[in-house]
This record gives sequence, C-alpha cells and structure tokens, in this order.
Amino acid sequence: MGGEKKARNNSEKALTTGHEWDGIEELNTPLPKWWIWIFYATIVWSIGYWVVYPSWPLVSTYASGAFNWRSRSAVQKELELLQKLRAPLIEALRAAPVEKILADPQLLNLARAQGRVVFRDNCAACHGIGATGIKGYPNLNDDDWLWGGKPQDIIYTITYGVRSAHPKAHSGVMPAFGRGNLLKMPEIIAVAEYVRTLSGLTPPAGTDLALGGKVFKEHCAVCHAENGKGRRDIGSPDLTDSIWLYGSDQKTIVDGIYHGRGGMMPAWIDRLDEVTIKALAAYIHSLGGGK
Amino acid sequence: MAVQLPANDFAEPIADGDEPLYASRRKIYPKAVSGPFRRAKTGLLLLTLGIYYILPFVRWNRGINAPDQAVLIDFPSRRFYFFFIEIWPQEVYYLTGLLILAAVVLFLMNALAGRVWCGYLCPQTVWTDLFLFVERKVEGDRTQRIALDAGPWTVNKVTRKIAKHAIWLIIAWWTGGVWVLYFADAPTLVKELATFQAPAIAWISIGILTFTTYSLAGLMREQVCIYMCPWPRIQAALTDEYALNVTYRYDRGEPRYSLKKAQVAHDAGLPAGDCIDCSQCVWACPTGVDIRNGNQLGCIQCGLCIDACDSIMAKVGKPQRLIAYDNDINAQRRAQGLPSQYKLLRTRTLLYAGIIVSVSFVMIFALATRSDLGVSLIHDRNPTFVRLKDGAVRNAYTIRIANKYLERRLFLINVEGFEPGNFQILGNTTNTMVVEVDPDRTQEFRLLMTTYAAIPPDASIPIRVVVTDVKTGQTARATGHFRGP
Repeated sequence: MGGEKKARNNSEKALTTGHEWDGIEELNTPLPKWWIWIFYATIVWSIGYWVVYPSWPLVSTYASGAFNWRSRSAVQKELELLQKLRAPLIEALRAAPVEKILADPQLLNLARAQGRVVFRDNCAACHGIGATGIKGYPNLNDDDWLWGGKPQDIIYTITYGVRSAHPKAHSGVMPAFGRGNLLKMPEIIAVAEYVRTLSGLTPPAGTDLALGGKVFKEHCAVCHAENGKGRRDIGSPDLTDSIWLYGSDQKTIVDGIYHGRGGMMPAWIDRLDEVTIKALAAYIHSLGGGK
Repeated sequence: MAVQLPANDFAEPIADGDEPLYASRRKIYPKAVSGPFRRAKTGLLLLTLGIYYILPFVRWNRGINAPDQAVLIDFPSRRFYFFFIEIWPQEVYYLTGLLILAAVVLFLMNALAGRVWCGYLCPQTVWTDLFLFVERKVEGDRTQRIALDAGPWTVNKVTRKIAKHAIWLIIAWWTGGVWVLYFADAPTLVKELATFQAPAIAWISIGILTFTTYSLAGLMREQVCIYMCPWPRIQAALTDEYALNVTYRYDRGEPRYSLKKAQVAHDAGLPAGDCIDCSQCVWACPTGVDIRNGNQLGCIQCGLCIDACDSIMAKVGKPQRLIAYDNDINAQRRAQGLPSQYKLLRTRTLLYAGIIVSVSFVMIFALATRSDLGVSLIHDRNPTFVRLKDGAVRNAYTIRIANKYLERRLFLINVEGFEPGNFQILGNTTNTMVVEVDPDRTQEFRLLMTTYAAIPPDASIPIRVVVTDVKTGQTARATGHFRGP
C-alpha cells in the first residue's frame, strides 16, 4: 500500500508540470527562498564590482574604479615581492666568485636557473636557444673558445663584447686579403686547401700545397701561429681542430680569406648587471665546454 | 516492487501557473529521542569530533630533519606527513588510490545499508547534531522550541537566542581554528593565535570555516542535504531493492489508526495495523520527512525514527521495529506469508568488496615498497650531442636524485651500457662521481659523457645510470640514450 508515489503526494504536496514520459512525471518543485536571495546578493555584488574595479568603457578612456586598481601595478607589486624573496639568493651569487659557484652544486643550480633565463632573453637570438650557434655565431657547448673558455674569460667577453664599440672590447680582425689586393686568387685557393689539411681534410688532386704553405707562413702565421693553433689574445681561431665557425668547405674558406671576417658581439655591461653576467657565465661554462 | 494501487490514487496535481516560484523553508524542530541508534550516533559524533580536534596535537618523532606532527600538510616545503608516511607532491597518486577506496567504500555501504555515511558520518550530519544538542540545551526540546519561536520577543527569548547563537559561533570558530592546525605546527600556531601573531591566512581560513560551519550546521541544516548535496542523487543509482534502508514496515503498520480508532476497527472485525499514527517518527526526524512515505531523497537514514517508534511500541505493548533497517522486497514477502530474506552477499556487494580489497592491496604494496631514493635522467634536447675540438662526441644530461630519506646521503653515480667513455659530474666539489644530497631533498647534477669511439651515424645507444648509496649500497636506476651525429 505504501507506494512511493503516493508518499510524495502526501508529504511534499508536489505539483507536476503535467509532462509524463513512460510513467515518469516531471515535478514542478519551487526553488527555496534562500536560493533567490543568494541570486539577488550576486547582483548587488556585481554593482559593487562595477564601482570598485575598472569596468566601464568611456569614449576615449575608461572608468578607473574607486581605488584606481590596475592589473599592471598588481603585477609590479608581485614582481617586487618576488625580488624581495630572491634577494638572499642573488646576494649569495654576488658574494661568491664565479669559480666557487661552479664548484658548489647548489650555487651552480641557482646560477644555471638564472643564467638560462637571461641567455634565452638576450643571447639566444644569435647563439640559439640551446647555445648551439649557427654559421658565424659560435657554438657555446663545445670546447673551442676564440676568446678563452675559463669563467673569467667568459665574463670578460660578455661584459665588453667582441669588436663592439666598448673600448675594452676584444678586437682583432681577419683582413680582406683578396679585396685588399694582398693575395691573388690562385694563392687564396692554395692557402685555403693548405688550411684544410691542417685539420686532416683531404685536398683535391693537383692542389699546390707548397704554395699554400708558403702563403700561410708569410701572411697567416702572424695571427694564426706557425702551427695554425691560433692566438687567444687576438681571437684568431685554431685552424687545426674539427670545429669551423663559418664552415670547412673550400668556397667558405676562400670567401673568408678574400673578404675577411669580423663577427661582432655587443658589450652587455650597460644592459646586464654584474651578478646577472656572473650567473650567465656560469650557465655557459656549465653547458659542458668550459675550461 | 511496491504493491500496486489504482493509478488515480496517486495522480498528482498539475501546476497551473499560480503556485509560488520560491518556497519558504518549513522550519524543523527535531525532537530528542533515546535508543540504540541515538547512542550509535552520539558515539560516532564523539569519536569523529574527538579525532578531528585531537589529531593535530599528536606528535610523531621523525628525527631532527622533519616536523614532529603526526598529521601535517606542509605547503611551504611541499610535504604531507601522516604518521609513518611522508608523501611528496609527485606521489599524489597515493591520494588517487585513497579517493578510489573512499568512493568504493561508500558504494559498498550504500549497497549494504543505504546512506550510512549521510546518517552517521558526514561532517554535515555530525556538526548539525552537535548544534542541535546545543539548541536543545539552551531552548529546550521540540515543544518548548516551537512555543518559544511562536511567542513574543521577551527577555527570556532574546537571552536564549543570543546564548544559542553565541555558543554556535564559538563551536564554529573552534572548527576553523582546528582546521588550520593541520597546516602548521599546532602548538606554535596555537601560541601565535593566542598572542595575535598568527599569519593572516590562518585568520582568513578560520573566518571562512567559522562562517561555513555556523551557516551550514546552524542555519541551513537539512537544506544542505536536500538542495546542495549531490550524494542523495548519486545514491539513488547505487542502492538496490536488497539494500537495507530505514524502512517503515507498511505490511505491519497499515492501515494506521489512532489507538482509539484501532480499537473500534478491531471490534468491528476490520484489520488495523500497528502504526498508531502518533507522528513521533516525523518529529524525531532531523530532516523533517515522514518515513512512512517510503524511501525518499530527504531521508538521511540516521535511524532516529526507529528509536522514536520503538519507544512508542514499547508503551503500547507492541513488538519493536515497526520502522527498521529493511527493504521493500521483505515487506512484499511478508504480505504473501513468506519469511523475510536478507541477502548481504550479492554480486554487487561482493564486487565492491573485491575492488576494496584489491585497491587496498595495491595501496599497501605501493606504500610498503615506496623507495626513499629516486633518480631520473634528463637528456639535453638542444643540442642532443656536441662535437669537440678533437673530434670526440659529447652528450649532456641532468641527473635528478630524490633523497626521500631524512638524512644527508652520499651517492656514487655510475653509467652502465656505454663503453668506452668518460663521465664527469659538473659542479661537484669532490671532483669524483660521488655526490652529496641533502636530507629530504631533490638535487640536480649535470652529467657529461664523452666518447672517442667511432659511433655509427644517427646512433642512439641505450645507457643506464646507476645511483648507489655509498653507505647502504641501496641503488636506483634510470635509463637514457647516448646520441651521435
């Protein structure tokens, strides 16, 4: 006798919408009063929101809200807080010499974290995201360093740049032997092939290596040294290793001898502070190629 | 299942557009009852509230490198401590297991005895019960409360109302006050709260919980269960005809008459049920439903109506349990003269129990075999390899060692599967392959692997990094690849 339907009818006095599907009826239960009051409260809340926050567009500007709140200044505040939180870490990097940072796993991780971000913001445009470089822009992962791979060398290069406008910048240029009429084209081709043999590459048959060797001794050895190992102080590359900044084919080398080379790297002293440069140097050094 | 009645008996009125869109709350004045279900509820109330209020103060010694609070959710250092268990954020899958377990236990409860959770264990039920207890102590039982509410605003009424709400607010404040103790060292935070030195977030959390406890347990009460909570709806899909729900045994109770009318019917040789229509079951109900209308959404299955009815049955000299944990199938069987039948072992309950057992086993196994040493090897992606001046090929990796042990440990890093080659850990003071990891910390090291051996073009040589605890010899491995040009 106690069917559920009857039950509902008795206790809740529920009305139905009159819809029925296979014996299932749709009840028309009124919403509770508190629900409608919460709904009104949200409307009142939204009015408060209009007043407090910038939400009304005007003709050329917008209503700025009662407390002049700006998302930009909110971000600024959070950045300041972040800098405050980071202050002790930055201080630790400032206090430690770069050699000590490289020997301390925790300081190194800290410097690498900061260095990675700074590298991607400032250096990756030329050297690539992974610091792998591209033709004319050195790969910083390998152990070939034009201007020295010791931590202090890296700091110096970043700080003052290469052939930048800064007076302390690294300088030294590969002259344009062809354009300057110092060498004739056959001599250039011969020396180019001679240079390729220094790093174990085979020249094509009929190459005049004797002429190449003579030209090298007379014109190139001054900067690149008799044995072709290069000179750190003027940034002349080691021609005997397997790493070529511009490429190892004859055409590229001939091009370099004819027109000269002189890639440029800006001085970062005015754009990055001392601690940032130190962290950056530690990051680059720890890519694996550091000396 | 229900005994069939002619259709027009329960045809419901159709809305005609004149009825109100919004319904006021019908205030409920639950009456105090006594009996086994009331005692069970009180016992569970004391137990659950006791655990809630005392647990943050329980200490558990983990040594100097970890907090000594038995249960602690440590957000700043991202750790969860539960007695002997310590969980790191990346081990949150233990929580998944726990949630699965909790869900299936609820399903099983439901298949066995309906909304046991709702009636006895749900915080909403527990705190509402506590608030009702306060209400009864301050304003009296059902009749007095109805009279007080209907009466004029006398000094007595105002005093009692203020007292009641004040006590509610104090309980609500303590509810929030204890909540925050699970997130910080409890004794320290208590001291800070007492001296107003506590951090703002503690006060805000307490404020929010004070508000929710006061409004949900004091003001909203059964409306939370009826309008807000999804569980009553879900449970309709989980219960079945064999589940033991709080049931009015209409086969025995109907037709219901008052005592006098029952006597008249009896004398006239007409049937009269055991229900004397005294309404005690309705008055005792904390959600205000009439259990005699059958299983319904508003019923949280707390069994207080069973206690209420039993006390009346005892007075009128009739057998107990006119309302009992039973089901509709049994009512129909009894109506046909068959004995009641209780089927606790059904496919459904066995399946749930099976899932509970297997999930528990997996959890226990996972916890028991949880290693306090973890290692992962991350190969540099850009570049995957570097050619050095002398023609050697080098790969760089980041090794991440998780030392979940509460002491500083030394690990020897070794590489297997790739010979010949030379390995170097960067940023290591000892300049060897031995590294030091702080207690309860993850540390990263940079590993360089170089080879002069000729490797085939596009080579990808599988390697394995083995990390060995220098002192205990415990090892962990991670696999990776050495890539060539």
